[in-house]
Amino acid sequence: MSNRIVRLFAEKNKNLLNVYFTAGYPKLGDTVTILQALEEAGADLVEIGMPYSDPVADGPVIQQSNDQALENGMSLRILFNQLENIRATVKLPVLLMGYLNPVVQYGVENFVKKCSETGIDGVILPDLPLQEYLDDYHEIFRKHNLLNIFLITPQTSEARIRQIDSVSEGFIYMVSSASVTGSSGAIGSTQEDYFRRIEAMQLQNPTLIGFGISGNASFARACRYANGAIIGSAFIRVLQHSSDLRPDIHRFVGGVKGITTK
Amino acid sequence: MEVLAQPAFEVDEKGYYGRFGGAYIPEMLYPNVEELRQQYLHIIADSGFEQEFRYLLRDYVGRPTPLYFAGRLSDKYHTNIYLKREDLCHTGAHKVNNTIGQILVAKRLGKQRIVAETGAGQHGVATATVCALMGLECIVYMGKLDIERQKPNVERMKMLGAKVVAATCGSQTLKDATNEAMRHWINNPTDTHYIIGSVVGPHPYPDMVARFQSVISEEIRQQLTEKIGRPNPDYVVACVGGGSNAAGAFYHFLNETDVKLVAIEAGGQGVTSGHSAATTALGKPGVLHGSRTILMQTEDGQVTEPYSISAGLDYPGIGPLHAHLYDSGRGIFASITDDEALQAGLELSRLEGIIPALETAHALAYLGRLNATPEEVVVVNLSGRGDKDLATYSKSLDL
Repeated sequence: MSNRIVRLFAEKNKNLLNVYFTAGYPKLGDTVTILQALEEAGADLVEIGMPYSDPVADGPVIQQSNDQALENGMSLRILFNQLENIRATVKLPVLLMGYLNPVVQYGVENFVKKCSETGIDGVILPDLPLQEYLDDYHEIFRKHNLLNIFLITPQTSEARIRQIDSVSEGFIYMVSSASVTGSSGAIGSTQEDYFRRIEAMQLQNPTLIGFGISGNASFARACRYANGAIIGSAFIRVLQHSSDLRPDIHRFVGGVKGITTK
Repeated sequence: MEVLAQPAFEVDEKGYYGRFGGAYIPEMLYPNVEELRQQYLHIIADSGFEQEFRYLLRDYVGRPTPLYFAGRLSDKYHTNIYLKREDLCHTGAHKVNNTIGQILVAKRLGKQRIVAETGAGQHGVATATVCALMGLECIVYMGKLDIERQKPNVERMKMLGAKVVAATCGSQTLKDATNEAMRHWINNPTDTHYIIGSVVGPHPYPDMVARFQSVISEEIRQQLTEKIGRPNPDYVVACVGGGSNAAGAFYHFLNETDVKLVAIEAGGQGVTSGHSAATTALGKPGVLHGSRTILMQTEDGQVTEPYSISAGLDYPGIGPLHAHLYDSGRGIFASITDDEALQAGLELSRLEGIIPALETAHALAYLGRLNATPEEVVVVNLSGRGDKDLATYSKSLDL
């Protein structure tokens, strides 16, 4: 069976919205509620953050959600339990995003198997280097039909982008600017030059732009240059202030996609 | 690990010491770290670099630091104890050996700004110092808790023109300051060099820092030859947080198997108390701050918040070289509690007239357990002076 991420991009290649949220946040039991609400609201794919004590690539908003989720008692074991039956209700592609150490402690092979059994389609581990992945992880991932999504940044050399493109499947995560997550949100001409440069490379993989995407304007702008965009910190802020998750999630996703809801 | 007959303690091409090391960094940091990896050996091997480095170590830092025979301390422990006086380095600790080296690397890489993390503040002061010397902008991240307990060093950094930024996340100590410094580097990838203060972080940092600190053991060998007619002591004892002073003191003895290398970790209130930083006793292999090493963590792989009375040892990991020394059995690892360290600091002050840093006091406290014979020779790396810890000493010892 082909991977849901691959199928999604085969069916739709424009204006895809990928939303990140931290598992077990704001409350431990909110994970599946948020996932289902995102699907209903029209997100195209979802990244569930595996909370970590030391998320070095993340800014204050996601850090705080990680701390809160850990305080709520979230762990990989609990997360897999929560997600056990998601495929009965959720159709969209689901990725897990997090840092390497909890995965290593869980056991890489166990983790990949569990992802596959649960219906997880891809993984994003920013601190797993390309070469280590190829040497030690790729075979295991392939065996279980799990995709590893790689990041590129404005500083990534053309040769390395080509290498990443050649080993990627699913999509490439384009980090919009030199920053941790949750930065200003402005997409300026520097970013657009970089987006155009990547567009001109005609990569074999689709691209989604993330970091600094916060609402409809930046989403629409990113979608001009890529197959879609990823929102994280801005969505976490919505969750943080939400007293009623479902309607708030519907309003947010509708707003980002430019659909006005009453 | 049967390779012990021919121990290899040098880092390999991919940045590993045995099964520890590597460069586990987000893609955002890849170009910076890769640039450094490709350049550092060439830069260090350049004769102009070597000359400038040696010149600054001699005329600015005050090297070589003395190797002092501590007579009264030796009498007490019935052996021969030499103190390698890194506390006499400019700025008061060994940290400056590394910051001199790295600022020269940063200059050759064309960087205009320096970011650093600091625990006790010694590395922060040493970084602020070389930035002032070279006219580069300096930003130091320091845990909020450490800013409170190491006030004199915060004031020194400010006096030297550095911007000190409080790390308010997590346990608000060294680990969190390191996270913030890495985030700063992600946000400023092209014009900034990150001067890591210990033998931790992604390859090539552990190796680069160890090389700059290796001047310590290079001098010990020369000085011992002059004093006792042989370069090798029976023991070298050093404290380990991340492990830079120990790496420097061990470096030229790593393949000298007749020298026992003793690494002392911070036991805090006791290894089993839940308030400790004894990494090898409490940790297991994991990935933190860019390298695979031994790490204090929960079963779920969350990094544990360490505790030590000494801000410089309050770190949940150790450098990958030390993880390998532990794993291979080449190093002897032990831990010393807060109280033992305080008493050892007082003892050295009263017996030798030297007030050691609280970090260093951990190494000194192990002398009572070493059981060295009257014929043997022990070198303790006196990594820093204790002025910054006077408030803690006075309060805890009721002086």
